[in-house]
Amino acid sequence: MRYLPHTPEDISAMLQAIGVKSLEDLFPTVPYDCRRTGDLKLPEALTEWELNKHIDKLSNTMAVSPEFRVFLGAGSYDHYIPASVSYLLSRSEFVTSYTPYQPEISQGTLQAIFEYQTLTARLLGMDVANASQYDGASSIAEALLMAVRITRQKKVAVSRLIHPNYRQVIETYFAPTDCEIIELPYTEAGITDLSKINDLENLAAVAVQSPNFFGCIEDLQSSAKKAHDKKALSVVGFTEPLAYGMYKNPGSFDADIACGEGQSLGIPRTFGGPALGMFAAKQKYVRNIPGRLVGQTADVEGRRGFVLTLATREQHIRREKATSNICTNHSLCALAASIYMASVGGSGFKELARLNYDKCEYLKDQLRKAGYSLPFSQSTFNELVVQFPEGFETTYQDLLKKRIIAGLPLECYYPELANHYLLCVTETMAKEDIDTLVKEIVT
Amino acid sequence: MKELSELNLPDDVRYAESHEWAKPEGDKVKVGITDYAQDQLGDIVFVELPEAGDSFEKGEEFGTVESVKAVSELYMPVGGEIVAANTSLEDSPERVNNRPYSDGWMIEVKLDDASEMDGLLTNDAYLEKLKG
Amino acid sequence: MKEYPGTTGLILNEPLLWEKGKKGRTGYSLPRRDVESYPVDESFVSDGPDFPDLSEVDVIRHYIRLSQWNFSVDSGMYPLGSCTMKYNPKTNERQVSQPGFAGAHPLLPPHLSQGILRLMFELEKFLVDITGMDAASLQPAAGAHGELAGMLLFHAYHKSKGSPRSKIIVPDTAHGTNPASAALCGYQPVTIKSNDKGILAPEDVSQIMDEETAGIMVTNPNTLGLFEENIKEIAEIVHAKDGLVYCDGANMNAVMGIVHMGDIGIDVLHLNLHKTFSSPHGGGGPGSGPVCVRKHLEPFLPIPRVIEKEGQHLLSVDFPESIGKLHAFYGNVGVLIRAYSYILSMGADNLKKASQLAVLNAAYIKQKLKDTLHLAYGRPCMHECVFSDKNQQVHKVTTLDMVKRLMDYGFHPPTIYFPLVVPGAIMIEPTETESKEDIDLFIDSMKAIANEAKENTELLREAPKNSRRRRLDETAAARKPCLRG
Repeated sequence: MRYLPHTPEDISAMLQAIGVKSLEDLFPTVPYDCRRTGDLKLPEALTEWELNKHIDKLSNTMAVSPEFRVFLGAGSYDHYIPASVSYLLSRSEFVTSYTPYQPEISQGTLQAIFEYQTLTARLLGMDVANASQYDGASSIAEALLMAVRITRQKKVAVSRLIHPNYRQVIETYFAPTDCEIIELPYTEAGITDLSKINDLENLAAVAVQSPNFFGCIEDLQSSAKKAHDKKALSVVGFTEPLAYGMYKNPGSFDADIACGEGQSLGIPRTFGGPALGMFAAKQKYVRNIPGRLVGQTADVEGRRGFVLTLATREQHIRREKATSNICTNHSLCALAASIYMASVGGSGFKELARLNYDKCEYLKDQLRKAGYSLPFSQSTFNELVVQFPEGFETTYQDLLKKRIIAGLPLECYYPELANHYLLCVTETMAKEDIDTLVKEIVT
Repeated sequence: MKELSELNLPDDVRYAESHEWAKPEGDKVKVGITDYAQDQLGDIVFVELPEAGDSFEKGEEFGTVESVKAVSELYMPVGGEIVAANTSLEDSPERVNNRPYSDGWMIEVKLDDASEMDGLLTNDAYLEKLKG
Repeated sequence: MKEYPGTTGLILNEPLLWEKGKKGRTGYSLPRRDVESYPVDESFVSDGPDFPDLSEVDVIRHYIRLSQWNFSVDSGMYPLGSCTMKYNPKTNERQVSQPGFAGAHPLLPPHLSQGILRLMFELEKFLVDITGMDAASLQPAAGAHGELAGMLLFHAYHKSKGSPRSKIIVPDTAHGTNPASAALCGYQPVTIKSNDKGILAPEDVSQIMDEETAGIMVTNPNTLGLFEENIKEIAEIVHAKDGLVYCDGANMNAVMGIVHMGDIGIDVLHLNLHKTFSSPHGGGGPGSGPVCVRKHLEPFLPIPRVIEKEGQHLLSVDFPESIGKLHAFYGNVGVLIRAYSYILSMGADNLKKASQLAVLNAAYIKQKLKDTLHLAYGRPCMHECVFSDKNQQVHKVTTLDMVKRLMDYGFHPPTIYFPLVVPGAIMIEPTETESKEDIDLFIDSMKAIANEAKENTELLREAPKNSRRRRLDETAAARKPCLRG
């Protein structure tokens, strides 16, 4: 086996040094009744070339562009990834290193995370960002737990337009606690109805997502004000951070915590993971933030360098009193996001966001012209909800055969929205792809 | 780290076995951590203190003190109401290392029961405890 | 004169991203605009983020230079205890980057995503076989996430029995994530001390196990690198009070094909695919922490689950007792593909051999260094061995000094000051992918350093000297945190 360097001579020499006769004799402390009796039942080892064939066979069954036109968003977005990003991301020194606990020989990862924290904080308009978490869903769950810790209140108000899967994850995290989740309904315009908050007391947080699950831009000013009036934290989630290339970010509306999914920023979709949990907060909450933080300092010769810092919040020191049990960040995904943001640049980011917006507006325009109803009037980014006529399900299945995935049926997430579909277009959809979609829907 | 003989253990304060000191000032008592405690912790980077108005019983946790790689709880050497907390430690936690019995004080307590002071150790008794 | 790998090279300086670049540059090929510009509600619009503008060359040089400041498994031996820094096979990277996988949207209809569903279904079966458990969920995104899943399973199980419990037993050698994960589920961790042999004693467990205790979290082999020999008896004690046994599988690399976790009484176990199953650590993540369970806990596993029906693979949410979702989608699929690729490349025999060689390497280091460094426990070790700085204390040299010096010799330091029960711990896990020559060189380096500790202590206290940065001021970083530029 090519990963196991020991020759039989090496093995005998080492066994002899240890003073045992065989490899089996290395396990004297494993009692006989703890040992496995039969062999593992795994398939026979494949050669590298057999494995390639096998994987190609599996991966070729997947519906991906360019063979398929996939108009799916809903928390996972198709954006062009520059070759330079993928290339840099394959550098062994980034890929095969561990958490930078030994800063002298990990400055590359440390500076890259410091830069990621900075770009994230700037993008979201927040004071500080952490070194990243698993994904958007666990980030928002952690944000709500953080709000509960800070306010010492046990109720959280959560918008129904936060990604339905994220809401399920929040429920899982909250199930063993004595906290209560109160769901905020949505308005006819397609944004969160905040009126219910007036009657709530002892609130820890008000959480909305913007752009929300329908692609609509939320009224973050009002959600923050309502939260702060109740002495609760304003939590703003997101699944598409590219939107902040043109729309005002959570920080400009006085959000206390901004958190969400960063997959859009140069990370392949890979069936939903690994992704990037982005997490940022106001400075005054820095000691309550979950996860890792990198800080700037100097070495003994006074030269600038970086270290993991404020580690006393974390599980390896504070154990059961830690701010979270998390002990990783999605470092490599954060690196991808940083390289992507640096490559696209400030000017490019704004232009790219606008292009995404315009493509989606073009689709809206074409759908309206074709006579379909777009039920929600609020401004959107990348995504939109369309109501198709009764019986569209058959057309949807026909389109699948034509290798077009015409969005996500919403009924299983929102039972009241039968025949409603969530469509997504990004810069990767050409005008003619959009035209084809509308033409095929009409016929 | 300091040898026991190098420790600064003034005789005008009383000591708790959990390494806090208490010093009567009028009808109030100032509280901090001992030279031994600050030396064991190493460079202190953060001190979390209660707010004035909070009340704690003797032995109850009133805050935490952090070095780079450790967190220690702070326990009330005597019970009472917090009259003041040393907010200057927010920006200058190193005062606890440099001058643990003066600038590095942590809280000022209005005693519930004056006799609790009698239960604390003198500097000699505290040193004996440290010698184990 | 022996040549150690550590040396100096021409390492280039590089400023922060925003200290370079100029407005007007770009590193991105902006896609063609083939639609007109539409009006926008100006009240929502911003000026865009304050990012620097850099050319593609700027970006490439920036990150190449940064990469050269890192030590990695691909550059040298990384004997970091408890982290299993084995070689990360390159074919795994080829498999995960296939466009069919890399470009797959997570909400594709099942009949258009059969390949990945089959892969996940088969990987679950492989992990079940390797651990000797009955069912698995691939959803947890990291080891700590797997622990959280495990604790949620405990919670759901006891709730279904009508008796939610409040405490959990955690050994003093456990990783900090164990008590933290338990606390997230509302459990009060009760610490149990390991005995003078470095393992848990059944009588100690039986003293604290009661009907208020949900169960025990053990790491086996434990963080001292020792097999918990009494695990079966401990499991019986816990089960007798209707408690459950959780095994932190962080150290599974020692016992693949050797120990049957189901038979020894484990109810839930999490694996770290980024340790045992060769997925790279990526500078801190992403990892993957699948949980494996016995039959009685299967109904509670996270949803959706991959099932097989009439030759097709589907995602099913039809598990009413499930703890729910833990991840936005299905976990870190990219890491799952790598682990699958690894298991298929290795096969049953090589996986078992990998565990044997991992133990061989550790036992060899233990044998060769036991006269140089103080050995914490004399018992036969598994895949890692724990020393301390006790022998060097007379020279006023600490564990930190010795491992910093090891950098100058060209090795990544072992895990230090953990487990907490060994003061000044030096925890060495070589893994099976290090050759005898490299291990001998490592042993020689440690011996040379122990010699320097006697003769030239300054060299150690000032180490490292060959790295781009020398020791950093962590106190200043924590006192006045500067977390962004």
